[in-house]
Amino acid sequence: MPSDEVVKGSASPPEKKTAIAHKLATKQQEISVTEFFEKNKQILGFDSRSKSLLMGIKEAVDNSLDACEEAGILPDVEVTVEKVGDEEYRITIEDNGPGIVHKMMPNVFGRLLYGSRFHALRQSRGQQGIGISATVMYGNITTGKPAHVESLIEGEDEVAWGMDIVIDTKTNRPIVTNDKAFTWEGKEHGTRIQYTIKGRYITGKQSVFEYLKNTAIVNPHAQVVFHDPEGKRYLFERATDIMPPKPKEIKPHPEGMEIGDLLKYASNSSQKTVSAFLKNDFSRITDRIAKEILEKSKVNGDKKPEKITREDAIAILDAIKTTKIMAPPTDCLSPIGDNLIKKGLMHVLDGLRPEYYATPVTRSPKAVNGNPFVVEAGIVYGGDITSEGQVQILRFANRVPLLYQQGACAITKAISEMDWRRYGLEQRGGKGIPFGPAIILVHVASTKVPFTSEGKEAVAGFPELQSEIGLALRLCARNLKSHLNKMERKKKTHAKFEIVQEILPDMAKKAADHLGRPVPNLDRTITRIMNVVWVEPTVKKDGKKARTITYTVYNYTSLERTFRLHAQLPKECVNLSLFSHPLFLDMNEDGKANWEVRSIPPSAHVEISFELKGDMADTFDADDIYFSGLNPVMVMGAEMLPGDWGIKGMEIVETDEGDFVEEEEEEMEAEDLGDE
Amino acid sequence: MATNDRHKLALDSLTGVVEGIYDQLDGGQIPAMSLPMRSKKNIEFDTQHNVWKYGDLRTSRSAKTVNGAVMMLRTVYTADFINEMIRDGKSSTLREMYYISEGWNNAKFHSQDESNLLAEDMETITGCMREDFKLRPEESGAHVFGDVNFTTSTRKGMKTMNCIDDVSEAGFAVPYNVEEDNFQIDPGNAKFVMAIETGGMYARLIENGFPEKHDCVLVHLSGQPARSTRRLIKRLNEEHNLPVTVFTDGDPWSFRIFASVAYGAIKTAHISEYLATPTAQFIGITASDILNYNLPTDALSDKDTGALNAELTDPRFADEFWTTEIQAMLAMKKKSEQQALAKYGLDYVTDHYLPEKLTDMGIL
Repeated sequence: MPSDEVVKGSASPPEKKTAIAHKLATKQQEISVTEFFEKNKQILGFDSRSKSLLMGIKEAVDNSLDACEEAGILPDVEVTVEKVGDEEYRITIEDNGPGIVHKMMPNVFGRLLYGSRFHALRQSRGQQGIGISATVMYGNITTGKPAHVESLIEGEDEVAWGMDIVIDTKTNRPIVTNDKAFTWEGKEHGTRIQYTIKGRYITGKQSVFEYLKNTAIVNPHAQVVFHDPEGKRYLFERATDIMPPKPKEIKPHPEGMEIGDLLKYASNSSQKTVSAFLKNDFSRITDRIAKEILEKSKVNGDKKPEKITREDAIAILDAIKTTKIMAPPTDCLSPIGDNLIKKGLMHVLDGLRPEYYATPVTRSPKAVNGNPFVVEAGIVYGGDITSEGQVQILRFANRVPLLYQQGACAITKAISEMDWRRYGLEQRGGKGIPFGPAIILVHVASTKVPFTSEGKEAVAGFPELQSEIGLALRLCARNLKSHLNKMERKKKTHAKFEIVQEILPDMAKKAADHLGRPVPNLDRTITRIMNVVWVEPTVKKDGKKARTITYTVYNYTSLERTFRLHAQLPKECVNLSLFSHPLFLDMNEDGKANWEVRSIPPSAHVEISFELKGDMADTFDADDIYFSGLNPVMVMGAEMLPGDWGIKGMEIVETDEGDFVEEEEEEMEAEDLGDE
Repeated sequence: MATNDRHKLALDSLTGVVEGIYDQLDGGQIPAMSLPMRSKKNIEFDTQHNVWKYGDLRTSRSAKTVNGAVMMLRTVYTADFINEMIRDGKSSTLREMYYISEGWNNAKFHSQDESNLLAEDMETITGCMREDFKLRPEESGAHVFGDVNFTTSTRKGMKTMNCIDDVSEAGFAVPYNVEEDNFQIDPGNAKFVMAIETGGMYARLIENGFPEKHDCVLVHLSGQPARSTRRLIKRLNEEHNLPVTVFTDGDPWSFRIFASVAYGAIKTAHISEYLATPTAQFIGITASDILNYNLPTDALSDKDTGALNAELTDPRFADEFWTTEIQAMLAMKKKSEQQALAKYGLDYVTDHYLPEKLTDMGIL
């Protein structure tokens, strides 16, 4: 039992008098990393019972996802939380990752600061190998029970191994018991960890469920199953089979490097000369740039790197500042991508039936302090999202949801500093978190996300990051605003549609019945009232991965009309149903499709219909339909083809717009002057 | 005119309206109809009847707007509904029509105000009364107390009732139809009519024996008077030459109650000659009463002030008496209730205030 150590250390009385300093010295030696963290568990995020429960799961799930991606496996993660006593829970996390070789298992789960990622410079979830072992230790300390770990690696003749692990807090070494091989039925490879922990299971914003839900949003390639303490099972299905590109390790980038970093790299370098050190140990330093830096800094390029002095380092850093160096390579980052963000959001938030998913924005990568980073943002609006109170903010760093310390986070600050009123959300005084039925998602990916603390709960702000987040949000918010404008127009024009589609036919029939005459033909009346070409989209869901989109185009004008319609479709989802439609013209490689409606007579309508099949079928918003060849004032339900679409639309041919007049009449109603 | 003929005529006029809509649709036009603008901007004094009626300003409803289209759709549905009622010998309250419209698709009324408004629209378009459409309001709530005899139909045939001897303390409940064919009046010994706003004051005067002592017919208006109440007052005045006085609280809303009794209400200006009693006189409470009798007061609310200012531009109040009183009330920023007279004791209103006022008016 780990607490034995503590009891022994503090309770045993001194047997003989020795110098106090000596005694202190022996004690000082005893303080291991593990012991330090035991006493400062809040640094790791184990500072409350409910948070401890979440943190453990978070570390394990992060590890599982990282391992799966590293091995190129689509992750299947299953999390089970069972209540076993008063404030005591048994947690089980199982994945289908590559597994851990038998002799490494004790170190991975039973030793703090152990792991392959600690020295690598690349985007990963757990940026330090502190997490899962800290969880094991916290479980040991609070319940006295060991963690049980099982793992199986791929291969015909491999067996699974299981063992109980306790961490010796004094030596930071795992103590293993019950180490046994076994046959894991029905499993090809994967890892399972089970531990018992003191904690409190809560629901709401900072719950395990919320964490897993948000994880599913930004990891659409993962399937996550959750069993809550009441035995209820939640399934977040995989939304796509496309694995995110594997993040690559990169060499440090010279920009923004500190003196200490440079000296450390230099003394560890295996290069023979400073010139070679600059060229080979950093990214983006070419022969020419190395020469330029050396000339500017007046440091001898032929001397050994470990001979670099403080002064040399200062000169080199100054030279770097004035030298134009390419931004670090960005293929080391794995942003989620606009389509997959939308996909993930749609997949997980579908129950809220949001009215609009603003096209997510993935900014191009930037670099600060030699670490490249990329910002992504998405906004979901309307539907059943509550309009009471502030908008919901979903923060992510390297695909990990951040649930705590929202107020301290750079993402929150960037959101608060924007004037959202311009984009259709309410905000008091144009500052602070906006109000309204919206969910704002921001993802920061980097080889080294700057967190405010070891608990990795909030992103630390620096100007370049703030401004990137702001830019991403603005682009996204602009999409939201144009959607809101579109809806506003739609609402107005829908009134007319209601008149001609419902009220007038009803009126005609009822009047005809009353008078005993035939029902009159309403075409001319309707044309007079509408005086527009109307495009009405309908979407039919055929299961999860198929949509049938139909545009009904009505010519409610008094002239024959010829024009084109345009839409950008998810290219991989189109099929013969699109190409074989008689009005279909062509589609380019971006998926921009064109149709031509020829000589549609007044009062007539045509239908343009096609199917979308596949993962991305539901990402197409049927309201995003554009036209060309008509005066914009006489079209409802479609937008004018934007100039930057790279498609040549149809010229407006007709000059005679008929008797087009838009008049709105105000009606005078009796004032409320009081009558019976 | 015989009752059935009135209904037939009403139905014919409604059918005419429906025909108009049908013809416009059949001719490829956007259906539209025009009706008098029902606002205070459009009421004019009718010198023939001495009442305020709608002027020549008209508003047009067009099916181009949802409101206009829905209103016409409702007209068509209502015509059909009335047709059915006449055929089946039924009638319905305005509230029942509101509920019946549940099955009218887009023509459904969303509040009772909407169904009331439509009934008034149809009256102005056709020139018929809503009773002709077999639509009636809820019970009016008005009561009469005084030495006057009414003969009206009951479940046991026509009965004559004296409004002191044959009624309870609350008085005679006014039915919704008080036309001659169903309701005959014998004024007996009555000398004048006093319409009273609040139930409290009505009960006070009855308890103090005021009607018997002064041969007065009390009519309890209970707020803005219903049409039948105003029609009854009108008939007492026109057919039996009884002077009419109105006794209300002293606030802008009470002034409007008087105006609808005396001059006609804006919403029913199309039938003012049936409902308004131009010779009705206002007893009080006036702004001058508040000063002269030193009555307890309440401060005017913003709404009160707004209402008073609106009355200054209302042509019905454009005479010297009302202009002076309204401006005086605006200046003192105070209003008062008729029951505030109780400050001087329960008998003060019957022993002092009313005799003084009525003597000034030459009624006593």
